[in-house]
Amino acid sequence: MVDFSKPLPNPTPDSQPYWDSLKAHRMSLQKCTACSSFIHYPRSRCPECGADAFEWVPVSGRGTVYTYTIARMPTHPAFGKDAPYTIAIVELEEGVRVTSNVIDCAPEAVKVGMPVEVVYEDVNDEITLAKFKPAA
Amino acid sequence: MSTKPAVTGFYEMPPTRDPRGLTPLRITADVANRAIADAGLEKGQIDGLLTGQTMGDGFTMLWPTVVVDYLGLDVRYMNTVENGGGSSTGMLWRACAAIEAGMCDHVLCVVGDVWDSKTLSFNPPPFPKVAREFDEPYGLVGATPGYAMLTRRHMHEFGTKPEQLAKIAVDQRKNAMANPTALYGNKAIEIEDVLNSRVICDPVHLLEVVSPCTGGGAFVVSRGDYAERGPNPPVRLLGAAEAGGNRSIIYATHAPKYTTSMVKRAADELFKKTGLSRSDMDFAQIYDCYTVVVLMTIEDAGFCVKGQSGAFAEDHDLTFAGDFPLNTHGGQLSFGQPGLGGGMTQVMEAIRQLMGRGEARQVKNATKGYVANGGIVGQHCGLILAN
Repeated sequence: MVDFSKPLPNPTPDSQPYWDSLKAHRMSLQKCTACSSFIHYPRSRCPECGADAFEWVPVSGRGTVYTYTIARMPTHPAFGKDAPYTIAIVELEEGVRVTSNVIDCAPEAVKVGMPVEVVYEDVNDEITLAKFKPAA
Repeated sequence: MSTKPAVTGFYEMPPTRDPRGLTPLRITADVANRAIADAGLEKGQIDGLLTGQTMGDGFTMLWPTVVVDYLGLDVRYMNTVENGGGSSTGMLWRACAAIEAGMCDHVLCVVGDVWDSKTLSFNPPPFPKVAREFDEPYGLVGATPGYAMLTRRHMHEFGTKPEQLAKIAVDQRKNAMANPTALYGNKAIEIEDVLNSRVICDPVHLLEVVSPCTGGGAFVVSRGDYAERGPNPPVRLLGAAEAGGNRSIIYATHAPKYTTSMVKRAADELFKKTGLSRSDMDFAQIYDCYTVVVLMTIEDAGFCVKGQSGAFAEDHDLTFAGDFPLNTHGGQLSFGQPGLGGGMTQVMEAIRQLMGRGEARQVKNATKGYVANGGIVGQHCGLILAN
């Protein structure tokens, strides 16, 4: 029997500050200092203007559900025991979108446009995932 | 007399669910040699090769080199075209461009792939590392959840109904029933059957999800002077347009215009540069990994107003005998999706129809057709072909 474990991020030099911010339970996003665009996923060059100077800006972690699906069948064997679960694209207040899960909420209660806020899920000593729950 | 390059022959393997004894190279060799013979050529006359990547061989390096070697070809031009679902239409225009650039005279375009559900379902070739970093930890693995989220947002913005999405699968099944090689041509389905089928990722039902299989296809693009005297009516490329660029990883998570696909920009360019109207198209063969991809392609290609493709599907007969013949082979949904060669099925069917070899499902008086390849959220390549 193959042992399936959930896929985990393998941070790169570009993305390490993002994952560090989640580990500190203080989400930050990459922002281009040349054109002021927020960027996600993090990269070595701004996809808008091509500049390579960035700052990491702490953000509220608030946003809305842009779209979602309820996985009735597991999308990967390691998620087998979780189904049904909600996979969502969350649009953060800063305008960027992140792939995540909506938790602490029955899948059927999730709606497009629903306000959500970040929840930090410490997976292990290295990795914390940013999940979302309905906003208080 | 036209001197433009044209498609001179083709062959498509009937898809199968049983991969035993088959490899991507075996399928490639079989369909390639049959397509070369169909074009009235000898293998030694093939001096160009374009091929697609395979899941069955594990997405390996130097694939064109291996294919050329396995087939015993000597070529002056070769490459892999790997644009996901947009690969096979991408091969057709690249073959024409290579001939027009004087690189070669006869280009073999071929895909063969094997899908073994016992192994590949749980161990497919990996997606790029950024997808594994930002999408997969949250369960966005494989295509279905990505397209389910696209479907949801399309419903939210435009009021698209489940019944309208289901109509695509229903009419394509009718086409498959006129195609003896289609994997799912044995049993008609109704809209209720689609909506009552198992929900995989809400709101996408099982009968809206493409079914991977084993198969392949090949076609030959030849210099115009040969095409005019070859054994088949030449199928000419009137125009091609390709598009990519959605500020996203794979599933357009970050796309500024999430529900307007790559098709929009390419199709506007395609119809403008060919001077043709949407109403000039006698059929449309549209990539259909999921029903939402067909609806969005119809509207983004301009066959109806943006957001109205659901109503368009309801209002039109999408079968080969209907007023908007669509995916006349059954589409990948009912014909099968041979590994990474799914888009090839749409190219094969367009060529077949324009050569008048559609048999029971021949579209009457078909002279021009629109072919759209690609999963549309990240890449797309559209063609207009004519006889």
